[in-house]
Amino acid sequence: MADQKFETPAFREFRDNPAIKDGAMSHSQPFVAKPEHNTPLGFPGELVDNWEVKAVEKLGDLLNKNRALRVYLDSCVKCGACTDKCHYFLGTGDPKNMPVARQDLLRSLYRRHFTLAGKLVPGLVGAKDMDKEMLDDWYKYFHQCSQCRRCSVFCPYGIDTAEISMAARDIMDHIGVGSKYSNEILAKVHVIGNNLGLPQPALADTLEGLEEDVLDDDGVDVKFPLDVHGADVLLVTPSADFFAEPHVDGLIGYAKVFHQAGISWTLSSYASEAANFAMFIGSYEQMHKVANRIRKAALDLGVKRIIFGECGHAWRVAYSFLNTLAGPWDFLDPKYPVPQHILEVTNGLIQSGGIVLDAEANDDKVLTFHDSCNVARGSRMGDVEGGQFIIPRNVIKASVNRFVEMDPQTTMEKTFCCGGGGGLLTDDLMELRVKGALPRMEALHDVVNNHGVTHMAAICAICKSQFTKVMPYYGFSMDMIVSVHQLVGNAIQLGAKE
Amino acid sequence: MSTLSVIYAILFYAATAVLVVGLALRIKLYAATPTPLKIPTMPAPLTKSGAAFRVFREVAFFESLFKSNRWIWIFAVLFHAGLALVLMRHVRYFQADIWLVVKLIQPFGIYGGMAMVAGLLGLWARRLVQERIRYITGPSDHLMLALLVLIGLSGLNMKFLSHTDIIQVKTFFLGLLRFNIQDLPTDGPLLIHLGAVAALMIVFPFSKLLHAPGVFFSPSRNQVDDARDKRHLAPWAAHMDADRDA
Repeated sequence: MADQKFETPAFREFRDNPAIKDGAMSHSQPFVAKPEHNTPLGFPGELVDNWEVKAVEKLGDLLNKNRALRVYLDSCVKCGACTDKCHYFLGTGDPKNMPVARQDLLRSLYRRHFTLAGKLVPGLVGAKDMDKEMLDDWYKYFHQCSQCRRCSVFCPYGIDTAEISMAARDIMDHIGVGSKYSNEILAKVHVIGNNLGLPQPALADTLEGLEEDVLDDDGVDVKFPLDVHGADVLLVTPSADFFAEPHVDGLIGYAKVFHQAGISWTLSSYASEAANFAMFIGSYEQMHKVANRIRKAALDLGVKRIIFGECGHAWRVAYSFLNTLAGPWDFLDPKYPVPQHILEVTNGLIQSGGIVLDAEANDDKVLTFHDSCNVARGSRMGDVEGGQFIIPRNVIKASVNRFVEMDPQTTMEKTFCCGGGGGLLTDDLMELRVKGALPRMEALHDVVNNHGVTHMAAICAICKSQFTKVMPYYGFSMDMIVSVHQLVGNAIQLGAKE
Repeated sequence: MSTLSVIYAILFYAATAVLVVGLALRIKLYAATPTPLKIPTMPAPLTKSGAAFRVFREVAFFESLFKSNRWIWIFAVLFHAGLALVLMRHVRYFQADIWLVVKLIQPFGIYGGMAMVAGLLGLWARRLVQERIRYITGPSDHLMLALLVLIGLSGLNMKFLSHTDIIQVKTFFLGLLRFNIQDLPTDGPLLIHLGAVAALMIVFPFSKLLHAPGVFFSPSRNQVDDARDKRHLAPWAAHMDADRDA
């Protein structure tokens, strides 16, 4: 939005915490979903009558369904350990972006209706009734959480603000107040199969174009199969991979890997989306529905394996939730985990010699790696604890000669969100996205200045889109951000095994 | 026996009942609430014993807090470790024949009492001085600290300044265990100390002190990272599988 006026935050010299600026982001909120976005998901079109009561009822329902929510709402002692851990607080100074303060927006209602102390002495324990002011705060500040789970690493009780945000968004959806960005996209997925609303013919056309591009550039007939029955592998990838930069270069990388390894694979037009946006809105039912498109596609196409492309939240849902939502996978080849990450496949092929890489192809670059939050803290790769940190780095180091780590306080399990995760990657939240990117941009700035880093690799469609958009605000070029499989695609020696 | 003894006896029976029943009900509720999805904060252990060890480290060493804030960690350890020593030292008031370990712990229990109060004052100071923590602090947070400091200071006061008839205190508590109410000394500091302890026991199951059982039930800490190997399905969600297309 052109009318958004804000200042890009300056890099903090000593990474000191910002002073509290009450209400600094109280103007920030995403566009509200219209009835046509809500009703296809089974949510009321607009704010229902009696919404104050309905919200409390839904909270009670969720408390009985989700132990994490109940335990987390009870357990916080307000120790303050989380207060300087959220990228949105560090970038904005708004105290309601401190994880504990964000949780307290929901906790105040919980205490009022579900705890004895909150019923007897509400003022003493911060218990409040639902009113318009509370709902407004919820809508604003639960849409300033990217569900990145960084706070949960540092909380002595493991309280995960993502769980609280998801519950709050679910409650809001159930009283008719949803975010347009997420709900509109979900409605598209249910009808068309991907977030972009790209129908089968358009998808087929795009993939054909990619085949031509690769043939022109590399002289090799690399295929991008769609809806091929009997293929071994179903590749499920974020739909941004079909057209956005640098995502599409990643997709080309996957295709080259499959080509050289001789793996028969296909995309599905029915399940042409890896990212399950239902996680953002905290709806188990919606998440189940979206996830089961993948099950149906796998059954219909008769594949033996499912592999996911580079996408952070998608991989959390895939790795941690897919077995629950869409399993059991007894009809697939038991030799392979379900699902696999494309990086697990590529890493295995590098080690077995199934693909040949020449890192010199990327000698024009000095790389660093941004651990995507949901991969880092919501999933794993490979068969050892922390494999989600090891495998991407192995693949990058096999594809490029010069690799530099960023500040260890900003990588691996302590990684910062790109600033656009969790259903916030929308232009109506541009200020939030730019400010939330501050901690990552600072760490990048360090390695650019001190180690000559030229590019930052990422393995998440949201990270890639977000950085492309916000990096120019910090004086970086938007093409500094690359897909990991773009590096693989550059380095792979397709002639070597023909 | 004095009226005061009867009042304190009833108070402690009631406080114990509230603490035990209240906590039991809360723990039962936590245990009965399903976990619909696997949400361990990664990287997480791949085995049950690994996950149990993770929770143990959290409980025994405050591992995550150590990662996040060294000052809070120091004060929290001072308080909790001090409190643990103090509680062990107090076991002697409930034993006719005192265990050897309880005898050995006695001098350390005194240092524990000092550490406990020092830790509490440190935590309290942070609430007043540190802007971010001041913002998230409510009246109940100050009251809880005040209650704990009151318990600690009134206890230390009896140890170092105005002693009470400790033999008679022990007689009173041993009597409570046998449902035989004995006289309790009527010293002010003792009555304040015991009254504050009873108050703490009563508010325990209704306050943020629930972090004590909560940490054991935190899915982000106690879950095993095995989602691809084992299907994890909540009873309330199972019916949805029947409705899917395939």
